[in-house]
Amino acid sequence: ALNEPVQNLKWKLEKIFINNEWHNSVSGKKFPVFNPATEEKLCDVEEGDKADVDKAVKAARQAFQIGSPWRTMDASERGRLLCKLADLIERDRLLLATLESMNAGKLFASSYMVDVGSSIKTLRYCAAWADKIQGRTIPIDGNFFTYTRHEPIGVCGQIIPWNFPLIMLIWKIGPALSCGNTVIVKPAEQTPLTALHVASLIKEAGFPPGVVNIVPGYGPTAGAAISSHMDIDKVAFTGSTEVGKMIKEAAGKSNLKRVTLELGGKSPCIVFADADLDSAVEFAHQGVFFHQGQMCVAASRLFVEESIYDEFVRRSIERTKKYVFGNPLTPGVNQGPQIDKEQYDKILDLIESGKKEGAKLECGGGPWGNKGYFIQPTVFSNVTDEMRIAKEEIFGPVQQIMKFKSLDDVIKRANNTFYGLGAGIFTNDIDKALTVSCALQAGTVWVNCYGVGSAQCPFGGFKMSGNGREMGEYGIYAYTEVKTVTMKISQKNS
Amino acid sequence: IFINNEWHESKSGKKFATYNPSTVEKICEVEEGDKPDVDKAVEAAQAAFQRGSPWRRMDALSRGQLLHQLADLMERDRTVLATLETMDTGKPFLHAFFIDLEGCIKTLRYFAGWADKIQGRTIPTDDNVVCFTRHEPVGVCGAITPWNFPLLMLVWKLAPALCCGNTVVVKPAEQTPLTALYLGSLIKEVGFPPGVVNIVTGFGPTVGAAISSHPQIDKIAFTGSTEVGKLVKEAASRSNLKRVTLELGGKNPCIVCADADLDLAVECAHQGVFFNQGQCCTAASRVFVEEQIYAEFVRRSVEYTKKRPVGDPFDARTEQGPQIDQKQFDKILDLIESGKKEGAKLECGGSAMEDRGLFIKPTVFSEVTDNMRIAKEEIFGPVQPILKFKNIEEVIKRANSTEYGLTAAVFTKNLDKALKLASALESGTVWINCYNAIYAQAPFGGFKMSGNGRELGEYALSEYTEVKTVTIKLDDKNH
Repeated sequence: ALNEPVQNLKWKLEKIFINNEWHNSVSGKKFPVFNPATEEKLCDVEEGDKADVDKAVKAARQAFQIGSPWRTMDASERGRLLCKLADLIERDRLLLATLESMNAGKLFASSYMVDVGSSIKTLRYCAAWADKIQGRTIPIDGNFFTYTRHEPIGVCGQIIPWNFPLIMLIWKIGPALSCGNTVIVKPAEQTPLTALHVASLIKEAGFPPGVVNIVPGYGPTAGAAISSHMDIDKVAFTGSTEVGKMIKEAAGKSNLKRVTLELGGKSPCIVFADADLDSAVEFAHQGVFFHQGQMCVAASRLFVEESIYDEFVRRSIERTKKYVFGNPLTPGVNQGPQIDKEQYDKILDLIESGKKEGAKLECGGGPWGNKGYFIQPTVFSNVTDEMRIAKEEIFGPVQQIMKFKSLDDVIKRANNTFYGLGAGIFTNDIDKALTVSCALQAGTVWVNCYGVGSAQCPFGGFKMSGNGREMGEYGIYAYTEVKTVTMKISQKNS
Repeated sequence: IFINNEWHESKSGKKFATYNPSTVEKICEVEEGDKPDVDKAVEAAQAAFQRGSPWRRMDALSRGQLLHQLADLMERDRTVLATLETMDTGKPFLHAFFIDLEGCIKTLRYFAGWADKIQGRTIPTDDNVVCFTRHEPVGVCGAITPWNFPLLMLVWKLAPALCCGNTVVVKPAEQTPLTALYLGSLIKEVGFPPGVVNIVTGFGPTVGAAISSHPQIDKIAFTGSTEVGKLVKEAASRSNLKRVTLELGGKNPCIVCADADLDLAVECAHQGVFFNQGQCCTAASRVFVEEQIYAEFVRRSVEYTKKRPVGDPFDARTEQGPQIDQKQFDKILDLIESGKKEGAKLECGGSAMEDRGLFIKPTVFSEVTDNMRIAKEEIFGPVQPILKFKNIEEVIKRANSTEYGLTAAVFTKNLDKALKLASALESGTVWINCYNAIYAQAPFGGFKMSGNGRELGEYALSEYTEVKTVTIKLDDKNH
C-alpha cells in the first residue's frame, strides 16, 4: 500500500529547544525556512546565536553533573529511552517524511522509506549498545588491579547538514546518548524542521531536561559558538571539508575539544570489463544521482575499462533519460530540486566548466523549469583527470565517465585526490576485488554495489574526507572518554 | 639527521648545541633541521609506505619481530643509552637505567606482540552483502617528543606506530636529541627498511611547525605543553586535517583520606611530585589531605623531603638532579616566589641550591589555597603544595575544577570511597593507594585539556590505524 504525504501539513515547532522547553532567541531574531521545490517560505524559526548556545551549554552541563538523573540512570534505561524515541518516530513517520520532503526537496518515497526508515533502525541499533559499552580489566605488571571505564565525554556539540537532516541528526544523537553524553544540536539553517519535531518527541519520550538541546541558526554564529565554546567537550560535524577545517582549528584554539568530522568526497567507481554491466550501470547511476547528487559519497568519478567504455556510456545515458521533475511530494515525480540557490549556481558553474574544458556532454547540461532549483540530470563522457568536474565535489546530478587501461594505473588515479570517503569496484574476479579494495584510500569500499550501508557498518573518511568513524561499534567508541583505574593490591593472582 | 637509514647534514648547514644540565657544559653539536629536511624525511617515509614496498608487504608477525629485536638491542646497549640520557637530561643514572630504559624495552615488547593481532571485524549488516573492516596503517606519522623522558616518550610513539605498519618522521626535543639519534642507529642495525623511521633534529617553530602543517603527513602525535598542543592541533586543522593525538600538561590532584595508610600516602605523594625533578606530566602537584590528618601528613612529608639527596646524577645516592634548562629553572623559582607572596607557608626548601647551576632545593608549601598560582599552574619542578579538605563532596569539586585532567590519586582503605572517587574524578588515570603505576598494558592520556586520545594498551592501536569498511554484494540469484 502506498503511504501518502500528509496533506496541508501544519506545524508549530519553530523555537529553540533547551531543557525540554521552547525558547525565543535571546536576540529576538528569526530566520526564514524555504521549500526548495517552490522557493516559497515555509515559516520563520527562532535564530540562535552565541547567547542561545551559552544557555544550551549551561543546561547540558547541568544535566551531565555527577548525581543528575541522566548520570545516575541505568545504561539499559538510557537504551530504553532511545527505543521509545524510535517508536515515536515510527508513529509520526508520515508527518516526518512529509516535513523532510518539503524542507529538503526529497522525493516523498525516499523520505518515507530511506530517511525515516533508516533513522528508526539506527536509533534501535544505538539503543541496544547502551548497556554493552564495556571497558576492560587489564593484566598490568606489578601488584595492581587495573580496569578501564568508558565514560561519556560530556557535553557534545553536533552540527548537522542539510542533505539528510533527519538521518544525520540520528547518526549524531544516537551514539552520543547511548554513551551517556548530553548534546547541543545545531541543524542546518536550510533544514531545521524535522530536528525540531524530534525535539518534541525527545520530551515526550521522557529524556531528562538538558540532555538534548537544539539551537537552530547559522554556521558563522551558532556553529562557530559551538566549535569554540570553552565548556563543550566534543564537536561532531558533517558538512564540507572547507568548514570542517575551520571547526577543527577552532577546537584547537579554544579548549582542545575532541573532534569528529564527516566531510566531502570525490568518490571513484571502477568498472572492470568482466563486471555485470547492467548492475554496474545501475549502481553507478544511483550512486551519483540519488537525492539529486547531494551525497558526500556521490560516485562522481566513474572509471570504466576501455573495452566496455562505449557500451557503458550508452547504457548510462539511456538510464538517465527517465526523470520526471516536479514537487517531490507528488507521486510519479522522481527528481526533486537542489537545496538552494547557492548550490544550484555552483553546480551549473561546474557543468559549464565541463563543457568549456572539453568533456563530451551526453545529456542534460542545464537547469529545468522556471521555479525551484531544478537541474537536468547530466552525463559527461571523455572526462580527463585535470578537468574541474573530475577534481571538485559537485554535489549535484552530474556524472563523469572516464576511461582506464590498467589496474595499477586506475588505482593511482582513483587515489589521486585529497578526499577519501567512498569507492566502488565492479568485477567478478576475486583477486581484482580484494587487491583493489585493499589498495584504495577510502573509508568504505563497495564491491559490486554502491552506497549500501546500515547502522552496523563504520562510516567515515580517509585523508581530508574526515576524522574518525560514525556508526558500528567504532562510532560508539568515538563518544567515550577512557579512564584507567589502577588499584594497589597486596598480592597478584593471575 | 636520520633519513632512509642514512645520516645527513642539514640542508642549511646549520647545527645547534646540546648541553648537560648538571655541568651546564656543551656535550656536542647536532645538525639543525628545518622545513627542507622535514620535506626530505616525509618523501622517504612516503616512499617506504607505497603499496608494494617492503614495509607494506611484510607479514605483521615480521614487523613484530623487528620490534622485538629493537628491544633486544636496547637491552644490549642499556648502559650506553642510560648514560647518554643522564648526560642530556640530568636525571639520576639509576632512574634512567631502571625506569626509563625498563619502560622502553617492555613497551617495545608489548607492542611487538600486538602486530599480528590488529583485527578488523566481520559485521552482520542488513542486506545480502558480506561486510568487513580492515584496520589499516594511517600512513606517514609525525612524532614530536619532549625532553623530560626523551627515549621513553619516543618509544611510546614508535612502538604502536610501527606495530600498526605506519612510517614515521620524528622530531626529538632540541634539549635532548641524543638518545633518539642513537636509537636511529639501532633501527638501522635491526634492519627496518629505509624510510620507515626518520629522525629530524631541530626546534619547535621550525621542524615542529613543518611537521604539524605538512600536507603529506597523515597523523601527528605530540607530547609537551598544553600551550603548544593547541598550536599543533590548529596547524593540523589548517593544513590537511591530519589526525592528532596529544599528551599535554597536568595539575594532578592527590587525595589523602583520613583512613589512608599514612606512611604509604606520604611516600607516594612525595615520589609523585618530586620524581624526575618534578618534571612529569603526572606530577602530584596538588596534595589534598583530610583535615584530621593534615598536620601529621605535613610533618612527615617535610621530614621526607629534607632527606631527599640532590646532586650529581651519576652519583648512585642521588635522587634529584638539575632542572633541564635556565628557562624552566627561572619559571619554577618564579612560582616558588609567588607561593611565598600569596601566603602559603614555606615548610622547607624554597630556593635554588647555592653552589650549583640548575639545581633547586626540594620545596614543600603547606596552608595552600585553591586560588594561589602554585595551586593552579603547572610548576614542573620540585615543589609540593599541600592543601586541606573537609569532606569527599568538597574535594571532588575542588580536584575537578581545573582545565587539566591527566591523572589523580586516592589514598584510602575504604572500598566505597575508592570506587566513588575513581568514578567522579575527571582524569584519564586514577591511582588508588599507589602513584605513577604506568605500564604498557594500561591506556594513558588526558581528559579535557590534558590531551586528546590515549597512548599504551590496546587503545593506542586505534590511534595508529585507519578503518576501512568493505562491503561486497552477493549475487541475489544464488542462495
